[in-house]
Amino acid sequence: MTADAPRPRVFIVDDHQLFRSGVRAELGDGVDVVGDADEVGAAVELITERRPDVVLVDVHMPDGGGRAVIESVAAVDPDIRFLAISVSDAAEDVISVIRAGARGYVTKTISGPELADAIRRVAEGDAVFSPRLAGFVLDAFAGAEAPVVDPELDQLTNREREVLRLIARGYAYKEIARQLEISVKTVETHVSAVLRKLQLSSRHELTRWAADRRLT
Amino acid sequence: MPFGRSPWDHRRTLSPTERRLYRSTDDRILAGVCGGLAEHLSLDSRAVRIAFAVLVFVGGTGLILYAAFWAVVPQRPDTEGLARPRDRSHRRRPDRSDLIALCVLAGGVVLLVRQTGFWIGDAFVWPVLVAAVGTALIWHQADESQRRRWAASARAPLTERPARVVAARLAGGVVLVAVSVVWLLISQDGLQAATRGLLAVFAAVAGLALITGPWWWRLVRDLNDERRERIRAQEKAELAAHLHDSVLQTLALIQGKASQPREVQRLARAQERELRSWLFGRPQPDGTQTLAGAVEAAAAEVEDMHVTSIDVVAVGDAPLDERLSAVVAAAREAMVNAAKFAGVEQVQVFVEVEGDRVTVFVRDRGVGFDPATVDNDRRGVSESIVGRMARNGGAAVVRSSPGNGTEVELNMTRVTQ
Repeated sequence: MTADAPRPRVFIVDDHQLFRSGVRAELGDGVDVVGDADEVGAAVELITERRPDVVLVDVHMPDGGGRAVIESVAAVDPDIRFLAISVSDAAEDVISVIRAGARGYVTKTISGPELADAIRRVAEGDAVFSPRLAGFVLDAFAGAEAPVVDPELDQLTNREREVLRLIARGYAYKEIARQLEISVKTVETHVSAVLRKLQLSSRHELTRWAADRRLT
Repeated sequence: MPFGRSPWDHRRTLSPTERRLYRSTDDRILAGVCGGLAEHLSLDSRAVRIAFAVLVFVGGTGLILYAAFWAVVPQRPDTEGLARPRDRSHRRRPDRSDLIALCVLAGGVVLLVRQTGFWIGDAFVWPVLVAAVGTALIWHQADESQRRRWAASARAPLTERPARVVAARLAGGVVLVAVSVVWLLISQDGLQAATRGLLAVFAAVAGLALITGPWWWRLVRDLNDERRERIRAQEKAELAAHLHDSVLQTLALIQGKASQPREVQRLARAQERELRSWLFGRPQPDGTQTLAGAVEAAAAEVEDMHVTSIDVVAVGDAPLDERLSAVVAAAREAMVNAAKFAGVEQVQVFVEVEGDRVTVFVRDRGVGFDPATVDNDRRGVSESIVGRMARNGGAAVVRSSPGNGTEVELNMTRVTQ
């Protein structure tokens, strides 16, 4: 990235001190960390006060976890964007923070530069899907069991499926664009569309399917 | 679990000389007192029973003695599989005819005694007998619930008696005892005195209940609290045992190998995998291995051997058969190649089952190679991957170019029933 691009202002919410300081160090100069908090109440207060571009929020915390932070902040200031981060990849947890409003999900094993890149992407309004999240979403929309109420929201287009498959195979957006011979912007549009479906679809199976992944 | 000994384990080490008196569970008519005594004294249980029956008519001694044994002697815990002092075939469950014979015998003796001078009087004996039957019913219930607890803690639960039957039996016992008390009072003092006496008793009982009520309530609550606490402690112990066996051991190993980053990474990764599968492992259907499970297992193996992080994403799943086993083996080979030659620390694997189509991708962002110039001795690619897939009715495509990483794509059509 170029040096004169504005650095995204980031706020970190995690109940582990070790992790917060670790992330600050890893992110380095690429982003501007404007604060952190270790519990839901203080986080909501500070975030609405400092208005960061992106909140990096831990999925698992006492008092409702990342979900509670996202919902409380969104009620006051819907412009603030969230990137969920977690050590677990239990599908229910991931899907539930995404549905609460997070624009992406990454695991804590992510490297510093990758995390900075994900934050930048979320700050620009895009969605960040890890390969695992892409897998979850493909699984969620694959089942024929759930009734399709609203085809606009309850089904993925073939192109969206293709993009998700490539993400699950470990392709970066740029590589996906080259593979499908489309622009990076178009890839981002597809992913954002999938995110929107994931958040708004009324497929009631969405949160439940992951626990008992079907055996075809 | 090393310290999860059942409280009954001590019986297994009990030597034959320190046999304890138990109430028998399989040789019993009422509560197993006679059967247990007979076994303990190496006598025939019938003789013991007759002795008790005779003792009943010596001022009711037999009755009191039996009740005392019932109350004091514990029931034999489930002894399935334990070496018994006597062969099991000698034991038999008392059948209905035994019970009837005993009842008829007892009835005969009662009538006989009634003719003699020892008879205490109708007005006393019959109510007492009714009371005895009621009490026996209630105590019997207590025995069953104890046995159930044992069974539940030992192994598969016994066939549960419906709660309705239990309640009905309990109510029956209480009614019988109450009736006998009323009967006794009426026959001794006449109706009016009996009513007055009963009212007094009711008043006393109600008063007692009011006074001690809160205390009973607390007792029950404390008991529940204690049980909950015990369960929680047990869960905590299990968690502690697991963490001790896995995480703490690994942390100790890591501290010892702090100077070898690759080894530390391998240990940390293996531990993470183990903990992850323990915490939210995908429940495997009994015995049947699945494609996704097998690929994950192969990835774990390769990770462990080559200190590379392999991330497996699976969409859909299918039971493993011969064809899919070939897919797993080819995928494993692709992972090994990526781990060995790509020179990166991250390999991405994607498994998808869609209807009868199975696709696996193994991708790295490493150095890559030119497939056209690959040496013949790199047999891994041509033989283990492409050849194996072709032999099993599938196909493999290897895409790679120097500097752009490698991706192996495996395709297979699944045999569906």
